[in-house]
Amino acid sequence: MNLFDILGPIMVGPSSSHTAGAVRIGGMARALLGCQPDRAELLLHGSFASTGAGHGTYQALIAGLLGLAPDDPDVPHSYELAERAGMRFSFANVNLRDVHPNSVLIRMETADGRKMEIGASSPGGGRIEVFQVDGLRTAFSGELPTLLVRNNDQPGCVSRVTGALANGQINVASLQLSRGGRGGSAVMVIECDEEIPWSTVEEIRALPGILQVTRYSLEEAK
Amino acid sequence: MIDFSSIEQMLEDTRRSGLQIWENIMLSDCEQQGISEEISLSKMDRMLDAMIAADASYRAEERSASGLVGGDGGKMMEYAKGETLCGDFLTDVMASALRMGECNACMKRIVAAPTAGACGVLPAVLLAYHRHFGADEKELIRALYVAAGFGMIIANRASISGAEGGCQAEIGAAAAMAAPALVQLMGGSPGQMAHACAMSMKNLLGLVCDPVGGLVEVPCVKRNVIGAMDAVSTAQMAMAGIESRVPPDQVLDAMREVGESLPPSLRETGKGGLAATHFGKQYAPREE
Repeated sequence: MNLFDILGPIMVGPSSSHTAGAVRIGGMARALLGCQPDRAELLLHGSFASTGAGHGTYQALIAGLLGLAPDDPDVPHSYELAERAGMRFSFANVNLRDVHPNSVLIRMETADGRKMEIGASSPGGGRIEVFQVDGLRTAFSGELPTLLVRNNDQPGCVSRVTGALANGQINVASLQLSRGGRGGSAVMVIECDEEIPWSTVEEIRALPGILQVTRYSLEEAK
Repeated sequence: MIDFSSIEQMLEDTRRSGLQIWENIMLSDCEQQGISEEISLSKMDRMLDAMIAADASYRAEERSASGLVGGDGGKMMEYAKGETLCGDFLTDVMASALRMGECNACMKRIVAAPTAGACGVLPAVLLAYHRHFGADEKELIRALYVAAGFGMIIANRASISGAEGGCQAEIGAAAAMAAPALVQLMGGSPGQMAHACAMSMKNLLGLVCDPVGGLVEVPCVKRNVIGAMDAVSTAQMAMAGIESRVPPDQVLDAMREVGESLPPSLRETGKGGLAATHFGKQYAPREE
């Protein structure tokens, strides 16, 4: 957290947690998917579910999926923009366990059938935390350049990936590991101090045991 | 370097560094973020500009989508043309807080400080102070650093989310940021800022988040007024040498504990307090 999480963001009202944070969650989901989803199912939990309508949370989440910024005056008109962009979406309520009251689960599908599921919270002040990716626990905020690596749960994957980052002179700020079960699929979330160049991403993609690499760039998210 | 975990640590580190508190807050944040002083200052300048622009975007004839709020800032400005109970400065503070709160409810572009629901408190006291006592832009920027520094400690030690800590974590936090910012403008010491922060928070401790219909409208807009008035009164108390008996960090710890003790119905769910009155229920969101 920094001073401009406290003073700021500059945003369209009415709620930093329920409007600006929701735009950012949508934007993060879009960035992790790597493109605009063809369709999205959004499951709202807790305060998002009970007061989302009054806070413009629904429009804000869709605005984020469309790539709008939290201070874009078009945030309230995102449904019309989605219709024009051909993005289909639906909402439902859900009771997720042990998560922040301002949380949502977003199930996305691309036009070519690729699927991704993101769980994220908006704890306040417009900050967000992604707590789940494709059913695996995570904890990252998008405040640092982030690499999301899905890999087979087998020896050596972590050291090969961090080795590739070291080759690229990228300093690791935090590293989280999560897996579905021993020997199955796992996810590595690596927050870095520097932007991660595409060359490093390609190098990691080519490593044995790596299934998928997603890069989250602060510069491109702006 | 300030680690933003404790007001006492911030004061102690500032004493040792020989820097002014706003400068130490700025430099500590620059170091933690890995950004230059110039970038930080230009960002803060943007925040101030956005606050001024938001205040100027107010239109008294506009109403929120629900129709519950809008126009009160205009009423106060109209009333200010005659003789007022509170005098020019306080009346300007009240009108400014109402205007910003209403801008937010009408989905205008505002600056969250620390949240959108509480976005009127800090600009109300700073911009009114500027108009009545002539602080220049540089002094306002310094005051914003002080506000943000105290706000970061509140966030780290307690909460700045109504869903977590109730309205004390929004309007209360905004007042506890605005009070030390005012002390900075008036030339007070870091110790006086800490006491102004603590007294502001104590005055609003336990304030519940009970928005009618779950909207950031009723009572949020008018609570920006009490947050701003709280900040003005405690800043003046601090300048008079009045201190919080409970040490500032312990006040924030109490705030956290009180927030955690609040039932969910009083933490932004729109299910308790004013939201659960006969009037409030008419605006209750339909459960899906």
